[in-house]
Amino acid sequence: MTSYFNEMYHAEGLRDPYRWLEPWSADMPAGKRRAKQAEAEALFRRIGVTFAVYGEGGDPDRLIPFDMFPRVFTGGEWAKLERGIKQRARALNAFLVDVYGRGEIVRAGRIPAELVYKNAAYEKAVVGIIPPKGVYSHIVGVDIVRTGPSDFYVLEENCRTPSGVSYMLESREMMMRMFPDLFRENRIEPVDTYPDKLRRTLASVAPPKCEGAPTVVILTPGHFNSAYYEHSFLADLMGVELVEGQDLFVDGEFCYMRTTEGPKRVDVIYRRLDDEFLDPLCFNPASMLGVAGLMDVYRSGGVAICSAPGAGVADDKAVYTYVPEMVRFYLGEEPILSNVPTWKCGHHDDLKYVTENLADLVVKEVHGSGGYGMLVGPKSSKAEVEEFRARILANPANYIAQPTLALSTTPTFVDEGIAPRHVDLRPYCLVGEKIELVPGGLTRVALREGSLVVNSSQGGGVKDTWVLVD
Amino acid sequence: MLSRTADNLYWVARNMERAETNARLLEVGARMSLLPTAQGFRSDWDSLLRASGNLAGYTEKYGAPDQAHIESYLFFDRDNPNSVASCITNARENGRIIRTALTTQVWDALNTAFQELREIEGARTRQDLSHLTDWVMRQAAMLRGAIDATLLRNDGFNFLNIGYYLERGDSTARLMDVKYYVLLPRADFIGTGLDNDQWSMLLRAMSANRAFHWAYGGEITSAKIAHFLILNPQCPRSLITCVAGMNNHAARLAKLYGHETAATKAFAALLAELESQTTDQIFDEGLHEFLTRYITQTAELGRVIHESYLSGDIQ
Repeated sequence: MTSYFNEMYHAEGLRDPYRWLEPWSADMPAGKRRAKQAEAEALFRRIGVTFAVYGEGGDPDRLIPFDMFPRVFTGGEWAKLERGIKQRARALNAFLVDVYGRGEIVRAGRIPAELVYKNAAYEKAVVGIIPPKGVYSHIVGVDIVRTGPSDFYVLEENCRTPSGVSYMLESREMMMRMFPDLFRENRIEPVDTYPDKLRRTLASVAPPKCEGAPTVVILTPGHFNSAYYEHSFLADLMGVELVEGQDLFVDGEFCYMRTTEGPKRVDVIYRRLDDEFLDPLCFNPASMLGVAGLMDVYRSGGVAICSAPGAGVADDKAVYTYVPEMVRFYLGEEPILSNVPTWKCGHHDDLKYVTENLADLVVKEVHGSGGYGMLVGPKSSKAEVEEFRARILANPANYIAQPTLALSTTPTFVDEGIAPRHVDLRPYCLVGEKIELVPGGLTRVALREGSLVVNSSQGGGVKDTWVLVD
Repeated sequence: MLSRTADNLYWVARNMERAETNARLLEVGARMSLLPTAQGFRSDWDSLLRASGNLAGYTEKYGAPDQAHIESYLFFDRDNPNSVASCITNARENGRIIRTALTTQVWDALNTAFQELREIEGARTRQDLSHLTDWVMRQAAMLRGAIDATLLRNDGFNFLNIGYYLERGDSTARLMDVKYYVLLPRADFIGTGLDNDQWSMLLRAMSANRAFHWAYGGEITSAKIAHFLILNPQCPRSLITCVAGMNNHAARLAKLYGHETAATKAFAALLAELESQTTDQIFDEGLHEFLTRYITQTAELGRVIHESYLSGDIQ
C-alpha cells in the first residue's frame, strides 16, 4: 500500500496553510454542502462554463465538476515553484529559437538530432525564423505533481495552447462569491490579473511592421470546439476580438479581419488551433479553419502568431526528458524543478526495463494528450497490461514510461462527506517582453476514489488554488 | 465590429422575435378555433400555417392540420427551423458564438430561456398552450429588457435592433395575413362588421387590444385596424414603426461609420413610401396584395443588410 502525502493532514497533524479550512469544513453539514454545490453548479451553468469532450457524445453542455474545498500553497512553496517554472519557460524558448536556428544543443550532443529534426512537431516551414522578442511559446502550461512536503515534479509542459485558465479564474470567482468570509480570514493572492497580463504579453510581441498600438485577436476553431467557452471568456476579459478563420484574410503583406466597416489590420494572433490548421497553403491543405497565406505574412514580419508555429516540438513527451539539460545548456543553471524519471521505449535498455516492469509503470504515447492512450500499470488488469505491451513492442519509439507517482491528496467533498483525492497543478506562465506568472493555477482533482487520472475528460474536477501571502 | 459578430447579433434578435411570433400565431390559431364564427377547424389552421410560411413543411410531415400536431410542429419540432424551440436554441447559439459582444445579463436571459426550454421539453406532462405562449413572451421580454438596460449603444446595438424591427414588421404583416385568409374567403366581406370579434382576437394576440381602444375608441373597423397595424407610428408593432426603427438604426450606423450604404437608402425609401400611404390606397391595392408586397420587400431588405454589413466584403 503506497502512502500518499495529504496536503492538509500529514504525520504531525494539521498543516498550517489549511488551518482556517478545518473549522470551515467542519461547519458544513451535508444539507448546507449540497445547497452550496447546487448554487455553484447553477452559477456555472448560467455563465455557460461548459465543457464538451470530443467523440464522447452525450450532453454537449456538460459542466466540469467543481469541488469547493480549496487547495492551498504557502507563499514560500509558491516562490520556489515560480522560480522553477520561469526557469523552464526561459529554457524552452531558448531551445525553440535554437533548434529552428543553428541547433547548437544538437551540435553539442546534448540532445539527439533525430529526436528534434525527425519529430512530427518540428515545423520545417519556420526554420530560420526568430519570432519577435525571441519567443516561440508565449503561454507555457506546466503540469506539476506533488509527492511530499517539498517534493514537486514536472509531469509535462504544454508550449502550444494550454487550456483551462478560465477554470482557474471562474473557480476563484465562485469561491469569493459563495464564501467571502474565507477570503477575509486568509490572505490569498489574487489571480484575476491574468487577462491583463496576457494582453500585455501578447501586445509586447507585436511584429516588426506594426506601428502604434497593436491589434490583438484570439483565433478560435469555432464554437463547436470544446474550449470555446474559454476562448470567448479570454477575449471578453482582454477586450479583443474573437475571430474564426473565415473572419480573417490576407491581402498583400498583411492580415485583415472582416468588419462592418470594411477590413481592419490584425497584428497579433493568439491562436487556439493547431499548427496544422493555420494556413491551408502551408500546412494541411484541407483545413477550413485557417487563413490562406497567413504564414507568408508571418514570415515577412506582418503578423505575430502566439504561440509561434513550431512551438510544439518543445513539449513533445520524449523531448521533455531533456528539459533539465536545456536549463543547464542555455541558462547555465541547475534545474529548480525535477522531471519525473522517464524511460524512453525507443532506447533498447529502457525498453527492456519498461517491458519487465510494466505493471508498476505509467506508460504514455509520446504525442498523446487528455489522458488517452495511456496505461496506468498498477490500476490495470493483466489483460490490459498485455494488450498494451503488444502496442509498445509494435512501435517502441511512440512510448515513454514513468514510475507511478504517489500524487498528493487534498480533502475533497464527496457524497459521504470529506475524503482525500489525488490532485495535480497547472500554472500558466506568460512569456513576452517579461516572464510572468499569476500566483495560482488550475488544480485538477481525480474525483473517483483511488484514481490518479485528473483529466476532465475522464472524471476529473477542478478546485480553487490558493497561494497565501506569508 | 466583426461582420460575423454583427451577423450573429442580428440573428439573436431575429430568432428571438420569431419565437415570439410563433407563440403569438399559436395563440391566434387556438383562440380562433374556439370562436363560434370560425369557418371550420381545418381552414383556420391551414391559413395560419400558410401565412407563417410553415404550410409546406407541416404538410410534408403530418399531412392534414390538427391542433396537437400543429402545436408540436410550431413549438417543439427541431425539424422545423422556425419552431419556437429551434428559434430559441438558435438565438442562444448565436449568442454563444459572440458571447463577448453581450453583457452578462443579456447572455443570462438567452441562456436561461434555453435551459428552461430544455426543462419544458423534458417534462413528462405537457403544459397547456397558453402557459407556453406566456412563457415565450416572458423570455423575449426579459431579453429585450436586458438588452435595453445593459447593452452598450455601439454598432452592435444597431444591428440587434435592425434585426428586431425587420422580424417584427415581417411578423405583423404575416399575422395580419392570417386574418386576411380567415376573414376574406370572398372579397366582398371586407369592411363589414362581421369580422370584428376575429379582428379583436388578432389585436389581443399582438398585446395591442387595449392600446387600440385608447388610440381610436368606438367601433372596431377594418380601416381603423389596418391603419393601426400598418400606418400608425404609435403602435409598437405597426409596419411603419418597424420601418422607422430600422431606418433610425441604419442612420445611426451611417453616422458612426461616416458613410451610407445600399441598406441606408433602402430603409429611407421604404419609410417614405409608407408615410405617403393611406388606408384607402391599401384597401384599393388589396390588403393581401399589400401585405405580400411588404413581406417580399422585407426579404429584400434582409439581403441588402447582409450585403452592406454582414458579409464582410469590401464596400
